Amino acid sequence: MGKLSRRHVIRTGLAAGALLTAKACASSAPEGTPNNPAPGPEVNTNQSKDVTLRLIGTGVSQINEIRDKAMEDLGFNIEMRALSTEENNQIAITQPGQYDIFDGEYFSLPLVVPSGNLQPIDISKVTNYDKIVSFFRTGKFDGMPVETSQGTAPFKVQYLTSPDSTEFSPTPTDYATMIPFQYNADTLGYRPDLVGRTIESWGELFNEEFKGKTAILDIPQIGIMDAAMVAESLGLMTFGDKGNMTKAEIDQITEILQEQKANGQFRAFWKTFDESVNLMTSGEVVLQSMWSPAVTAVQSKGIECIYAPLKEGYRGWGGGIGLSKNLEGIQRDAAYEYINWMLDGWVGAFLGRQGYYSASPETAKNFMSQAEWDYWYEGQPAAEDIVDPFGKTLAKQGAVRDGGSFKERFGNIVCWNSTMEENTYLVQKWNEFIAS
Amino acid sequence: MSHTWKILKPYLLITPQTLVFMLFLVFPIVMIGVVSFWQFNGYSMVPAFTLDNYRGILTSDVTLKTYLNTFKFMVLVWFFTLMIGYPVAYFLSFHVKELRWQVILFLVCTIPFWTSNIIRMISWVPLLGKEGLVNQILLNIGLINQPLEFLLYSDFAVVLGMVHLYIIFMIAPIFNSLMRIDRTLITAAEDMGASGFQTFKEVVLPLSAPGIAIGSIFIVTLVMGEFVTVRLMGGGQAASVGKLIQTQIGSLQYPLAAANAMILLVVTLLLVVSILRVFDIRKEL
Repeated sequence: MGKLSRRHVIRTGLAAGALLTAKACASSAPEGTPNNPAPGPEVNTNQSKDVTLRLIGTGVSQINEIRDKAMEDLGFNIEMRALSTEENNQIAITQPGQYDIFDGEYFSLPLVVPSGNLQPIDISKVTNYDKIVSFFRTGKFDGMPVETSQGTAPFKVQYLTSPDSTEFSPTPTDYATMIPFQYNADTLGYRPDLVGRTIESWGELFNEEFKGKTAILDIPQIGIMDAAMVAESLGLMTFGDKGNMTKAEIDQITEILQEQKANGQFRAFWKTFDESVNLMTSGEVVLQSMWSPAVTAVQSKGIECIYAPLKEGYRGWGGGIGLSKNLEGIQRDAAYEYINWMLDGWVGAFLGRQGYYSASPETAKNFMSQAEWDYWYEGQPAAEDIVDPFGKTLAKQGAVRDGGSFKERFGNIVCWNSTMEENTYLVQKWNEFIAS
Repeated sequence: MSHTWKILKPYLLITPQTLVFMLFLVFPIVMIGVVSFWQFNGYSMVPAFTLDNYRGILTSDVTLKTYLNTFKFMVLVWFFTLMIGYPVAYFLSFHVKELRWQVILFLVCTIPFWTSNIIRMISWVPLLGKEGLVNQILLNIGLINQPLEFLLYSDFAVVLGMVHLYIIFMIAPIFNSLMRIDRTLITAAEDMGASGFQTFKEVVLPLSAPGIAIGSIFIVTLVMGEFVTVRLMGGGQAASVGKLIQTQIGSLQYPLAAANAMILLVVTLLLVVSILRVFDIRKEL
């Protein structure tokens, strides 16, 4: 009897499972009820409270304070996921169902856009679009060096040829790939107390004086650009276009890197923000490629660290948000609201206090104090202590931002983080370099 | 009725586990195998059948260098975990008499596992760094004039980090097999006039061999696929197969990474099979 009942149990269990599955599949509430809202604007009017937008991005801007403020101002739910640059791109390309808004870097667009996972942004719906810094919109910036910068410059991948195209347009159209909101001019950071003099050129990274005390990034697409800046500065080699190297150029630059590695020039390669901060504060490394907030993180520990303005110029990067192809209807309207909120100035000011630039500086200015604006954007001495959004003092009264004003720093970007046509080959050679 | 049940029972009992096994282990590996023959066009993978991925890997000397480096780590880590782990396990099972203390001391051995990678990494810097504790002590007692740089971000550091992290996988199985040795055998050996070393060589060591084998399998499989410790302790300058695959995945080159993973799987399985050929684990389990 016991045995029989066991069979019964299995049979009943299977039957119950099948029933549940069948029921779940067939379940369809009548149209117009809360479980199955009818399409059409008339019932949607007050539903934005039920909308949830899922964002993916890097730790740079996936910050709880920003999310909370956005939810408070906009009235709908926002979920943020902070990922590494690599994971962010992977999800953007391979799992389009996982996000509504993609907060990524411009250099990832040549990989993400062809996947067809982003929908073009209708520029006419973006209220402050004309307030965005001209370089992003038109490629012009007062005739400064940035206009001829190499690599995946934002302007080159800003527009699509038509609303259903995955091809970049070299001239402005009505359809944007992303709306920028944060960017910066990156350069080398160093410890003045351990270096003992001023660093003025990218070439110093390979200087024997700092043997075993330098570091570069272990992300091929970014690390290669730093290496190229150094090699070019030292006259070790020249490039047709640093942002789009030929196979021969990649061979040559990795050979130079391998030579430096064999000589013991590098102390370490870093991949995450924290690692670079750790290397610098511990004194393991005295000169390395760094990201701006990493420098402020070192400074906020009471250790002197300079973000060196170099004579060859800066390596730029830019981030923006794009819309998932899955967005439609009220969700899409909410996403546009978020874009407009993002350009409204609060976010720009928030990120500005960490050293990033806002895509529309003039709206950010409304949310910054005069002293903050003068320090971060105008390159003037701080009229008062400069405090970051989390309450830490970054600069004492009278301090001046390394590199000076926005125009001096941004205008002198000479190359951008890049995805090259020979990307696959680059990764292969990079692995070779690491294994050497 | 009861006869059918008798026949069916073992099959039904293994069904859930088989399903889980197929779904979460065999199926993903088959998928990786399939993808390893696909093509890659720069931003996504395309179903196809190409041998280019394997051809590229097998003809590149980077592969050889990377495997040699990984083998080097594996042999060193295996050697040191065995040399340190065996005495620890021996001490725990033969010299610690009370079960309570055995448990407490065994838990102490698992401490390296309680911390996250990033915390562990950060704590190595003040110990082994240029201005770290070890260098400060050596400088102060006048043994060296310059801080030793090889202590951190070097192959030495990688091996140290992995030995520290994985030694429990060597200690646990050896401890287990030592505990199962019938203590009367040792008494018998002593009664027969065997010296301490002879008892160890003739009785204890052969009986704990399966423990060593299981520990070795753990170490080999863990080190062959390792990439986090290699990157953090090697300062990104040391290569391993795992790290190679990680860089390829990071750049979205899934087919190439999949082909590398298949080769790594085969190599690791060969290593495990050869260990199993030397020791008969089943006999002891």
